[in-house]
This record gives sequence, C-alpha cells and structure tokens, in this order.
Amino acid sequence: MFKFDKLVFGDAGWGDEFLIATLMTLLVSILSMGLGLFLAIITVWAKIIQNRITRFIANFYTTVIRGVPELLVIYLIFFGGNAVVMSIAKVFGYNKYIELNALTIATIAIAVISATYSSEVLRASYLAISKGQIEAARALGMNKFSIFFKVISPQVIRHALPGIGNVWQITLKDTSLISVTGLVEIMRQSRISSNVEHSPLTFLITAAILYLCLTTISGRIFKTLEVNYSKGFST
Amino acid sequence: MIEFLNSIQNSLIYKNFFLVLSGLDNTILLLLISLPLGFVLALLFALGRVSKITLLSRTIASYIFVIRGTPLLVQIYLIYFGLGSVKFIRESFLWYALKEPFWCGVIALTINTVAYGAEIFRGGIQSIEKSQVESGLSLGFGKFLLLRKIILPIAIRKVLPSYGNELILMVKATSLVSLTTYMEMTGIARKIMAKTFAPVEAFIAAGILYLFLNFLMVQFVKYLEWKYNPHLRLNN
Repeated sequence: MFKFDKLVFGDAGWGDEFLIATLMTLLVSILSMGLGLFLAIITVWAKIIQNRITRFIANFYTTVIRGVPELLVIYLIFFGGNAVVMSIAKVFGYNKYIELNALTIATIAIAVISATYSSEVLRASYLAISKGQIEAARALGMNKFSIFFKVISPQVIRHALPGIGNVWQITLKDTSLISVTGLVEIMRQSRISSNVEHSPLTFLITAAILYLCLTTISGRIFKTLEVNYSKGFST
Repeated sequence: MIEFLNSIQNSLIYKNFFLVLSGLDNTILLLLISLPLGFVLALLFALGRVSKITLLSRTIASYIFVIRGTPLLVQIYLIYFGLGSVKFIRESFLWYALKEPFWCGVIALTINTVAYGAEIFRGGIQSIEKSQVESGLSLGFGKFLLLRKIILPIAIRKVLPSYGNELILMVKATSLVSLTTYMEMTGIARKIMAKTFAPVEAFIAAGILYLFLNFLMVQFVKYLEWKYNPHLRLNN
C-alpha cells in the first residue's frame, strides 16, 4: 500500500524530485508572502489616509478577494493575467505575444490573496499604537520617514507578528492550489508521481507529511521571533 | 434602451452567469451536509479535547494538528484518489460513498471544518469564567445539565464571530471540490473557460455568485449574533 522504496533519492525513486518540489513550495511562499506584505502596506496606507477614493478601492479589493474562493482568484490570474499584461504592453507599443512564466503568476496570485489577510493584521496592529507616540515623535521634529521607520514599524512588527505567523501558515497552505497552473511544487509533484507509479496514497501521504513539517517548523520559527520581539514586554 | 438591453443579454458575462448559476445548487448541497455535520462533530471534539481523559484529549489534539497543518487540497485528494486506490476499501461498503466525488467532497470538508471548529469551540469553552461553572455546581447541576445549560450556551455565543469566519472559509473551500470532477460553480466556470477561451468573463460570473453566497452567510451570522447576544446590541 505505502511504497517506501519509491521515495528513495536518485533514479529509482522520487526523493530528489520531492526535495526540489518542497524548495519550490518554500520559494513561492516566501516570495508571495514578501510581495503580499508589500501590497498589504499599500492597502493599509490607502485605508488610513483620509481619502474616500483610496479607502473605497482598498476596501473593495479586500472584500472581493476575501469573499471569492482562492482557486477562482488563481484561475483568473493564471488565465486572465497574460491578456492583461499584453494589453498593458500594447499601450507601450509592444504587440508580440507575451507569456508570463508559472512562477511569476503563482507568486502574484498567492500574494494578491495573502495581502488581504496581511492588511487586516497590519491595520489592527497599526491602530494598536497609541496616538501619543506619533504625536511625541512629531513634537521631536521627526519627519514622516523617520516616524514610519523608527516609531511605527518597530511597534507594528511586535504587535503583528502572531497574526503574520497565521497568515504565513495560510499562505503556505494556499500554495498547494498553485498546482492547477502546472508549477511543480509539492502538490503537483505528488500528482505526477502517483500518475507514473499508480500509487496515489504513497505520494499524497508524502505531500501531507511535507506540508506538516513545513508548517510545524515555520510555526516554531515564528514563536522564537515573537519571544525575541516582545523582549521587555510582559506578554 | 432596447439595444442596450439586448447588448447585455448577448454579453458573455450575462450568459455565463446563468450557466454558473446552475452549479449553485451543487455548491449549496455540499454546504448543507458538511456544515451542520461539522458543527455537531466540532462541538463533540471540543468537549473531548478539554476532557480529563488524557488519551482522548491527546488523540483529538493530534487530529487537529494534522488537519490544520496540511492543505485542504491534500485532504480532498487523499480521500478521492488515495483511498480509492486501496483494494480493500474498494471492496468494502465504503466504496459506495467514496466512488462519488460528491461524498468525497462532503467527507473532506467535514473532516477539515471539524478540526478548525473544535479548536474554536475549545477556546470558547476554556474562556468561560470558573465562577459560572461553580455556581452551576453549587445549584446541584449534574455534568450533563451543566453542559447543556451553562457551558455550551456561553461558549457558543462567545465564539459566534470566529465560527462565522470559519463558515465563510468553508463556502470558499467548496470550490476545491471541483478538482475532483464534481461540477459545482468553479467546475462549471472552468468548463466555460475551456469552451469559450474567455476566462475573465467566466470567472467573474462565478466570483459574483460566491460573493453573494458569502454575503448571505455574513448576514446569517450577524443575525445569530444579534439574536443570541442581546446584551451586546448597540441600540435598545
């Protein structure tokens, strides 16, 4: 039932393929988490500045993406992304066919999803900073940039770390959906291997164990970071 | 005006909308079975998780750990492709359910939501003040009465918002069942896409329907919160 001999490294088994697939999952997760955090910061900024239009756009974005299945968002970006990029390129006078590679599309798709979750976490932790802090910084004559980097960011990071840890877990698990685009990550690899070896159970359980390891290890890392960042605060 | 209406009727989104709508009942069918079942099982699992029987508590804890640590897609595939490849399951009575993508979807969704729900309910149960339980005990309540009259009502009320989140995640999760050839809204949208090569129109039609479904779910949870937490109502 469970064929251990199919998981050895080298030509006889799928061990090395799975190792590469795991690294691909990690790569997509890290890239899209980073891009997602960047998008989330823009979204939070759009929500907290007193501008009705930006706030509407940001709210529309987070509501729609969070109300629509992740799979649908991925399909939309995977199948519709090329058309969008080509129509943008046309504006700049480039008329040839453009095809984005699977990794780019995967990263963008997962980032767009993960940014909506991150933005809620970041917004909550921004609101948790007392106004007095920002006012005090202003009274000291700090400009906007140093207020952002020296007063707001360190506190937001401390407040947001547990929430960001959760978003990371969600993002990591969402990368499994990327398999529908053909990018060879853990899920796709397990489908390929089970089609070749006619033993889905073996490779799907392998995939489950790999995901479990990834989530557990990264959970530990986030715990350590949390302890590190809340030094001097009784939590 | 008439031309405008005609152009709407001929537009791809309009046509796709009704095609995708025909998959709505399949999506709702998945939810109608897995959500109530998941709710009841999650409550039982949460009670088992906080019980003093170490073996039971540990078993449920590891179940929750495994399910929450793996993607739902792996779980769906494991049940649909994985279990189907085992010979003695194919020969047992389980095969009647497991050969249907629908029942595989229901089983996977239930297994998934039970793990998340149990963790939510555990939080609710553990956040109950000790004094509430003690006053129940001092009134001579038995274990079952205590559970029925004090622990569960308070716990469920407390976790309504976070359980509402889980319900919305479940609505979104049903789209993954389409990958097991079950034709619900996402499956139909993908079929339309393959036929017409118009991905944006097909998926926007499906997206609108999912948004609507989630909107209904949010209103339902809001109503429950309003009904069962009267002390938190803003006006009167």
